[in-house]
Amino acid sequence: MTTTTTPPAVPRAAARTKVLQRQGAAVALVLVVAVSWLVFPRFGSPDNLRDLALQGSFLAVIAIGMTFVIITGGIDLSVGSLYALGGVLAAWGSQYGFLVALALPLVVCGVIGLINGLLIARTNMAPFIVTLASLLFARGLLLAITDEGANTYQIPADSAFVELGRGTVFGFGYPIFIAAVLAVLGGVVLNRTGFGQNVFATGGAEQSAVLLGVPVAKTKVLVYTMSGTLAGLAGALTAAYLQSGVTVIGVGLELDAIAVVVIGGTLLTGGMGTILGTVIGVGLIKVIQNVINQIGTLDSNYQSVVSGVFLLIVVVLQRILRR
Amino acid sequence: MPTDPVIEVAGVTKTFAGVRALGDVDFTLQRGEIHALVGENGAGKSTLIKVLTGIHTPDAGSVTRNGHISTIYQEVNLVPLMSVSANLFLGREPRTRFGLIDRARRDAEAAELLRGYGITADVSSPLGTLAVGEQQMVALARAVAADADVVIMDEPTSSLEPREVETLLGVVRKLHEAGIAIIYVSHRMDELYRICDTVTVLRDGVNVHSGPLGDLPRIELVSLMLGRSVKEIEKHGTTAFGEGHQADTRPVLEAVDLVSRPRVGGVSVSVRPGEVVGLAGLLGSGRTETAKAIIGALPLDSGTVLVAGKAVPHTVKASMKAGISMLAEDRKTEGIIPNLSVRENIVLAALPRLGRFGVTSRSRQDRIVDTFIERLRIKVSSPEQKVAELSGGNQQKVLLARWLCTEPKILLLDEPTRGIDVGAKAEVQELIDELAREGLAVLLISSELDELLDGADRLVVLRDGAVAGELEGDRLTREHVLAAIAAEVTDDSGDHAGSHQDSR
Ligand SMILES: Nc1ncnc2c1ncn2[C@@H]1O[C@H](COP(=O)(O)OP(=O)(O)OP(=O)(O)O)[C@@H](O)[C@H]1O
Ligand SMILES: [Mg+2]
Repeated sequence: MTTTTTPPAVPRAAARTKVLQRQGAAVALVLVVAVSWLVFPRFGSPDNLRDLALQGSFLAVIAIGMTFVIITGGIDLSVGSLYALGGVLAAWGSQYGFLVALALPLVVCGVIGLINGLLIARTNMAPFIVTLASLLFARGLLLAITDEGANTYQIPADSAFVELGRGTVFGFGYPIFIAAVLAVLGGVVLNRTGFGQNVFATGGAEQSAVLLGVPVAKTKVLVYTMSGTLAGLAGALTAAYLQSGVTVIGVGLELDAIAVVVIGGTLLTGGMGTILGTVIGVGLIKVIQNVINQIGTLDSNYQSVVSGVFLLIVVVLQRILRR
Repeated sequence: MPTDPVIEVAGVTKTFAGVRALGDVDFTLQRGEIHALVGENGAGKSTLIKVLTGIHTPDAGSVTRNGHISTIYQEVNLVPLMSVSANLFLGREPRTRFGLIDRARRDAEAAELLRGYGITADVSSPLGTLAVGEQQMVALARAVAADADVVIMDEPTSSLEPREVETLLGVVRKLHEAGIAIIYVSHRMDELYRICDTVTVLRDGVNVHSGPLGDLPRIELVSLMLGRSVKEIEKHGTTAFGEGHQADTRPVLEAVDLVSRPRVGGVSVSVRPGEVVGLAGLLGSGRTETAKAIIGALPLDSGTVLVAGKAVPHTVKASMKAGISMLAEDRKTEGIIPNLSVRENIVLAALPRLGRFGVTSRSRQDRIVDTFIERLRIKVSSPEQKVAELSGGNQQKVLLARWLCTEPKILLLDEPTRGIDVGAKAEVQELIDELAREGLAVLLISSELDELLDGADRLVVLRDGAVAGELEGDRLTREHVLAAIAAEVTDDSGDHAGSHQDSR
């Protein structure tokens, strides 16, 4: 193939939009990091950066699944609860060894995701409603197996499972690498496989996708299963890191996950998005939270205020750009 | 004739919520033939196709398929946000050694393939950035590339301009030579007679005729479709589209030097009350964009729009208030709201006028809606039926009704008869005439040259976003328009009516 250069017809404006949507968050991230670096001497310390990356990795694992869901035009509100449930199941399972501790949360959360997907794809119920129900369901299940949250399962400090959350390479925790590998995998699956194309087609124009022979229902089932499984995994990693199954975490985490996906340029209406954008979105939110913590005097409640404002700005920008 | 059917349908019946779309239909497609499927809007053509392809399951009857079917549906059914190449190869992407999608090869092959269809747009840009006609060509390329025994085309030419129609017919012929059977749905009789061997006529969901097309006089075909006698049709004859407009002298609409980059580069058009002005030109010459610029839907870089001599602020709202309405070309993305009822869709634009303090009289709405349903012969089970459930042509009529009931002074019509059957087409044209006689100023965009020549009092020919010529009187001929489109004519638009016409 020699020539693929073609004159741009209309797409100049579209190309500009693309660049801004793709790079907008990246530019913001670079700016925020640069400013923080200059203003807060502790920000750039290796310890702080490692901690930042580690904190980000748990959210990133969830947000990768959420990216797929949102690109299909759906939403998954259950991930915060599944995250907490996954942690408790991992902690409880750790008494039976590494494998159980890891597999149990993945399987249980995966099955709940599968049920989400089946209900959404087969009964045509709104994703919002279905996953809201499983948010409540998973929280309830969690409270039931922990005696209303009174019972916190501990993971023995010498168990191999703890290593998964606390082990490091060059000081960087294992979860960071796990998240990185998943992000790369997610990107490849999204852009370079038939399944990924189906995800885009489903969210871009569902009716057309059906006529084009895309297995829309199957695609939906898969993305929700994925999202549930990844939330369970993030919970398991967190439990390993904390050495216990904390029952009160993950409340509202689904909103953080949705926020970073949208900040990363994925359209909330579906059909368009990138994993890279999501990773950048995670970076952005985590850096801002980190800085607010460093200011110390600023109430940490302002974290959500700031993330909220950010989300708003990005969504408004997307609308304007899409004209 | 030896029979070797690729598709055989026997006794198929399909009902939607009490409405019979197909009733006991038999249909046979022989290997290698080009089979025309015709009928009025709502006759059941698209439904039959969806039964053939398995999208709809028939209530009764059997469908036998002896081969792979590939279909271009009536509305462009691709994914606008995905790239052109991704759409083209969705489901059969070229792979690398590792089984991953080979994006470079996909883009290269797509560019190569589409060049054969006259499309040179960047294949990695979103499909939605292409013009409707170009999207239709991508859909065609996609359907053809998929190694099928049968290719079904549901009104493939309705959004194409003449040159693209030729490309498409060329593709159809090539498929035919390769022994592929084709089902071809179109409301354009010329096309049918040029390429089709056999015809099946549906009327109200019933197969009223199947047989060779060549032997069937046009008028008989039309009479079969409409269910009226040949005599009756002969009496009505060809419509007297375009006759008897008496244009007032002062223009009610004046667009002066409109520039809206990149597609509109300095267009001036004026329309007088009672006049129908046609906008001609190839696809991409800026016709739609000019209309959009006039009504304020595209940002203006410079230029002014005057209504009755007064400058109108450049917003859609202000334009509508000044009395301009526009029927958009792409009903799927720019007009129809599929989940609302026919009534709601029709009164939508007129609501502000119909009511007071935000309260609208329901009985008044019903009266208006009933009038238009009757006048345009919109086929609905009730005004409360969802628009999404109407056939393509009937959706177009609903849109037309929407803009007519705003009682505009100036009506911009972008492809008003696209997808409308012969009977209704004549009626729509008649209606445009009638409205012009009542003093409405009409700007008419159509890819069908004949429609422009018949209907318009004056033609403005656009090329590359600029006026390439203005024709009226004697110079309103096919030759002159084609010459202006092809830039073979020196711009002598100053002298008109009466000048001797000789096409060089
Ligand atoms: N999903 C649906 N729900 C309800 N009614 C439907 C549905 N699809 C089609 N119909 C009805 O079935 C009839 C046949 O429609 P169809 O789309 O097959 O017509 P068509 O011959 O393709 O017309 P056109 O030339 O306008 O495209 C119409 O009356 C239409 O309203
Ligand atoms: Mg149809």
